[in-house]
Amino acid sequence: MNKTVECLYSGIIKENPTFVQMLGMCPTMAVTTSAVNGLGMGLTTTVILILSNMMISALRKVIPDKVRIPAYIVIVASFVTIVQFLLQGFVPSLYSSLGIYIPLIVVNCIILGRAESFASKNNVWLSMFDGIGMGLGFTVGLTAIGIFRELFGNGTVFGVGIMPEIYEPVTILILAPGAFFVLACLIAVQNKVRLEKAKKTGIAVTVCERKDGCSDCTNTLCGGKTFTTESVKREKEES
Amino acid sequence: MNLFLIAVGAALVNNVVLSQFLGLCPFIGVSKKTETAAGMGGAVIFVITIASAVTSLIYTFILDKLGITYLQTIVFILVIAALVQFVEMFLKKMVPALYSALGVFLPLITTNCAVLGVALINVQKSYGFITSVVNGFGTAVGFTIAIVIMAGIREKIEYNDIPESFKGTPIVLVTAGLMAMAFFGFSGLIK
Repeated sequence: MNKTVECLYSGIIKENPTFVQMLGMCPTMAVTTSAVNGLGMGLTTTVILILSNMMISALRKVIPDKVRIPAYIVIVASFVTIVQFLLQGFVPSLYSSLGIYIPLIVVNCIILGRAESFASKNNVWLSMFDGIGMGLGFTVGLTAIGIFRELFGNGTVFGVGIMPEIYEPVTILILAPGAFFVLACLIAVQNKVRLEKAKKTGIAVTVCERKDGCSDCTNTLCGGKTFTTESVKREKEES
Repeated sequence: MNLFLIAVGAALVNNVVLSQFLGLCPFIGVSKKTETAAGMGGAVIFVITIASAVTSLIYTFILDKLGITYLQTIVFILVIAALVQFVEMFLKKMVPALYSALGVFLPLITTNCAVLGVALINVQKSYGFITSVVNGFGTAVGFTIAIVIMAGIREKIEYNDIPESFKGTPIVLVTAGLMAMAFFGFSGLIK
């Protein structure tokens, strides 16, 4: 029982896919033009993540190690197709506003990442809760960014006018460049928190010191999240 | 003329990275140096053009004929993964010069969502074979333009004084946002 709660906690807060791990950035930026879209995308991903985690965990002793990645992709793609048709049939408005980003959930690195690092090593029950936790964490992240962009870019939240009449919406926030700016600030805040933590504890944060970019790097989940802590080290030495 | 408009639209107006957010990972990860960025761009042009040709043929002659178009997502992702492997082996054996230039980037492309994205867009807009290839090529050229410009800017950013917490990915994203604004200028080009 304790372990299931731990799975939920780590997914939603401690290892939140959007705010802490920075995974699945393509859908995060593309669909958060409004709170409803963010919530819809998050919940869709959650359903697929739970189903694929359970299936992969149930088959983890059957799938040969060498072909596990293609096998995972086929499982995920099957669930994505099923969910896509369910959305088309029952929530057509969400289906048309998310458009091509629904089939693209297949290549969302959160899903394959969880399959590889959790579901392939744990039992079905725990994998289900890991899926719920990570999925809800992703949903919270997307909805929060969606609310922010919709509130300041359009003056509404979930389509309800919140801002006073006098407020002039910053339309650029709901356009493509706005997504880049919001995400840049989000990562900057995260870096700030990490740097502060590193200063306090004296433990260096994860540093990527590759000079040649990610072309030879095997860690495909990192996605170029490099930042340096040299100045932190320097400040510590000086003090 | 129509084909030309599709190519320009895919490359500049609806730029794959800056307005559709596909292929962000390589855009951020491999844009530290202009040479590597150009190499990645070349590999992407190569793979996306072939992939849109192959997926278009498979869709028209297999999936549509048999009435199993609902399998498109599964089939496309597997075809693309296999195709990238195949292209890698072919280049290694037949064109070693090209392989040494593009080789390291090929495995990375499988995880590039732009490839699958283009294949799905071609089907969604019911493009024919030639139109699909042109659209794929245009999209990939758009990716290359974006990543090469970004690499050029990043080489200069190195010398700038950036706030500590904005170093690394955040400043790249801010730059990309400014580029996206600049690319809005192309939107009057078509229609």
